[in-house]
Amino acid sequence: MDILNNMLSGQVPIEAYLGVSLIMFFAGIYGFLSRKNLLMILVSIELMLNAADINFVVFNRYLYPGQMEGFFFALFAIAIAACETAVAIAIIINIYRNLTSVEVGELDEMKE
Amino acid sequence: MGDLGGLNIMAEQIIFYILAVLIAIFSVLAVTSKHIIRSATYLLFVLLGTAGLYILLGYYYLFAVQIAVYAGGVMVLFIFAILLTNRPGEKVKSERKDRRIAAGITSLAGIAFCGHIIYWNINKVYSLVVPDEQKVQEIGLNLMGTEKYQYLLPFEFISVLLLACIVGAIMIARRR
Repeated sequence: MDILNNMLSGQVPIEAYLGVSLIMFFAGIYGFLSRKNLLMILVSIELMLNAADINFVVFNRYLYPGQMEGFFFALFAIAIAACETAVAIAIIINIYRNLTSVEVGELDEMKE
Repeated sequence: MGDLGGLNIMAEQIIFYILAVLIAIFSVLAVTSKHIIRSATYLLFVLLGTAGLYILLGYYYLFAVQIAVYAGGVMVLFIFAILLTNRPGEKVKSERKDRRIAAGITSLAGIAFCGHIIYWNINKVYSLVVPDEQKVQEIGLNLMGTEKYQYLLPFEFISVLLLACIVGAIMIARRR
């Protein structure tokens, strides 16, 4: 109980936040390398982008709490991620329409 | 009052650790699940947990953006794409087993390397500051200003980029 009390007193340490984003990022890396479906690869990319956003915000809050650079970077990164997802999904739907498959192993031509 | 503050901080820690465990579990499940629609749902939980972390850090505006853009817009796009490109109940294929093992080793090595760096170096540089609330007015003024550390130009670039993406996505996905 005393150990628990010691661990829980004070603020959340910065290492804990970085650990969460670390696990999220490398889960994304694993998914990117180990899945064949284009949509699964896109899910992995979203995980990695999200981990990067957490890092920006955490460094802003803990290291430079009076400034807002990390906050704005995370805001713009979210907007760019939304753009990227929209275009990627349009491309994936187009690929499916032409080749009736979204497995990366079967995509060996760009035109029908 | 001091006792109450301690309790508040303790509650914050407990909420943080619950969110952290949920995020870790769901992000691993999201990349290992056999059904793609389940993996999109786990991704949604990860994004919501991240929004919770933003609240804990005091960034309420970023919380709203995360919920609206990611958990709202991007997830709807994902689910549309999954329903358009997958037959229901079909399992998605993974890479061959040796490649999966290589990917696992790569990511575990990365976690070990970065975790080592974080653990040994990070507590030398930061000083703890109690988060103060960020005013939305201040965000708006910084977003629309043209001085140093203000962000009108990137804001305009983002708006042009969004427009270009909308037009490009329609051009790519339209039926000929």
